[in-house]
Amino acid sequence: MEAEASRPKQSFNVGRWIRPLIGVVVLAFILWRFWNVLFVQQVYGPDTWMRFAISGIILGGVYAVIALGYTLVYGILFMINFAHGDVMMLGAFAGFFTLEALRGTGLLNQSIFWSILSVIIAFLVGMVAATVIAVVLERVAYRPLRGAPRLVPLISAIGASLFLENAAQLVFGAQRQTYSNPTIIERNVGWTFHIGEGDVLLTYTGVLTFVLSVLLMIGLALLVQRTKMGKAMRAVAEDKQTAALMGIDVDQVISTTFAISGALAGAAGVMWGLHMGIIYHFVGFLPGLKAFTAAVLGGIGNIPGAMMGGLTLGIFEALGPAVLGMPFQLKDVLAFSILVLVLIFRPTGLLGEVLSEKKA
Amino acid sequence: MAMLEVRNVHTYYGNIHALKGISINVDEGEIVTLIGANGAGKSTTLNAICGLVKPRSGEIVLENEAIHRLPAHEVVSKGVAQSPEGRRIFGRLTVQENLEMGAFRRADAGAIQEDMRRVFDLFPRLEERRKQVGGTLSGGEQQMLAIGRAMMARPRLLLLDEPSMGLAPLLVEDIFRVVRQLNEQGTTILLVEQNALMAFSVAHRGYVLETGRVVLEGTVDELRENPEVQKAYLGG
Ligand SMILES: Nc1ncnc2c1ncn2[C@@H]1O[C@H](COP(=O)(O)OP(=O)(O)O)[C@@H](O)[C@H]1O
Ligand SMILES: [Mg+2]
Repeated sequence: MEAEASRPKQSFNVGRWIRPLIGVVVLAFILWRFWNVLFVQQVYGPDTWMRFAISGIILGGVYAVIALGYTLVYGILFMINFAHGDVMMLGAFAGFFTLEALRGTGLLNQSIFWSILSVIIAFLVGMVAATVIAVVLERVAYRPLRGAPRLVPLISAIGASLFLENAAQLVFGAQRQTYSNPTIIERNVGWTFHIGEGDVLLTYTGVLTFVLSVLLMIGLALLVQRTKMGKAMRAVAEDKQTAALMGIDVDQVISTTFAISGALAGAAGVMWGLHMGIIYHFVGFLPGLKAFTAAVLGGIGNIPGAMMGGLTLGIFEALGPAVLGMPFQLKDVLAFSILVLVLIFRPTGLLGEVLSEKKA
Repeated sequence: MAMLEVRNVHTYYGNIHALKGISINVDEGEIVTLIGANGAGKSTTLNAICGLVKPRSGEIVLENEAIHRLPAHEVVSKGVAQSPEGRRIFGRLTVQENLEMGAFRRADAGAIQEDMRRVFDLFPRLEERRKQVGGTLSGGEQQMLAIGRAMMARPRLLLLDEPSMGLAPLLVEDIFRVVRQLNEQGTTILLVEQNALMAFSVAHRGYVLETGRVVLEGTVDELRENPEVQKAYLGG
């Protein structure tokens, strides 16, 4: 009895030592690198910093849109939909084939009107395709496991992710595809600004991506706050049984939640294609994982948290390696260290605490 | 002709046999109370009526229509609403949003506004707190909200599960005054209570439940006179 009681206490003490220790080490490291980069070596001029910041904000917007999908589903089912990044990938492919088809008919660049319309159609097709896939995914892979221990749907989600990636490889092939943008939003073309010693390029696709990300976030916030369905989603997230007592069809609300998260992922996929240019069957993996990190950073289940977490992570990823004077190849490592740090120091995320009290 | 008939209902939670053949009738216009100790099966009975718990056998008939196979969200459309045990307010929704959720199945915007007006007239405290989230209300206010939210469905049969639980005596009086008032305005009520004294003061008839069975039933006067009821529930 005595030994039993003392053991957990001891490990608790070790935990108390480790956390501040890691904190001090990480902080000291960051300050040292930061000092080096800014004042000792002075590697980068203001134009370079600006370039990093712009790319970070654009990337952050996309992360935020994807992160919203994780957070919506988590908020309602308390499960991580690990196949979410692959839904984004399929949305990207749907948009890709749409643009290919439009280019084939010659409409893509026929006139400015048709170019704009083509992009709109590509977004719509990408979003609808991803919506359908997300809804089917819930029906087939998650709904039958409702009520099972929480690890079970998580494993199913990982399985679904592998399935979608491999099915995409089988159907679309393993080669990388290049998105055919209409010429009015050609990649790596845009407005140029002279800052410091150099020119900074603000690409059209980047602006489009960021503006769309913001619009999607505003739209989602309005939907969740103002509409009847949004209120029902929040009610279901809090208490499914009582929501059913109100006459809310809980299954339908869950389906709708997956549909919305799918639509956001589809839009993110098409944005990714237009802005980054290259897609393939595995293209959703890294952004998916990053967006998941972003959702955890902001507090998973928390909608403003996902938006903030996405932007923060995008900016951190773009500026981090430069600030810390590290090679740029390490940007992914940096992004994921955030995940580890958040999980150690603030598992509820920056804006979280809301969900911690009743997770089951 | 009973409005609600629960006929020989058995329910299980896994292996736990919670209701062992419950039969209850509620006539239109009545207040009927279910009393019984903790764990007797009162809440389970209400949840079976609402469709949250499926009977393994037996049936539940509302105005000649079997409702025990309907999913919970469809039972609401049949005119049954519940104010659940422990209030179960949506803590992160505002008072107004909570009330809107009560009217979720309805599309008649004008009538919904009228009913919200009616709830606010009955519970002015809720109107003052209309923009506040449910989690910040006091226990008494949450109970008012739970009842108001159930009223928003415009039920013909209202199920109340322990509305007096944890409330100060004055508030309990308030709540029971509202229960009587709702009944006078035409709502049939099935009231679950641990506070038998209060329940008998408003109800017409009652059932006594013990470990999943009805052990006694009768008018409130009959139950009050019953020596076993007096001993077990009226502290005499
Ligand atoms: N969700 C549940 N899971 C398992 N057992 C339950 C559940 N709810 C109630 N029970 C059991 O069913 C029986 C009846 O409970 P309940 O209807 O809540 O009683 P009452 O409302 O009269 O206190 C009790 O034995 C209780 O332990
Ligand atoms: Mg109970």
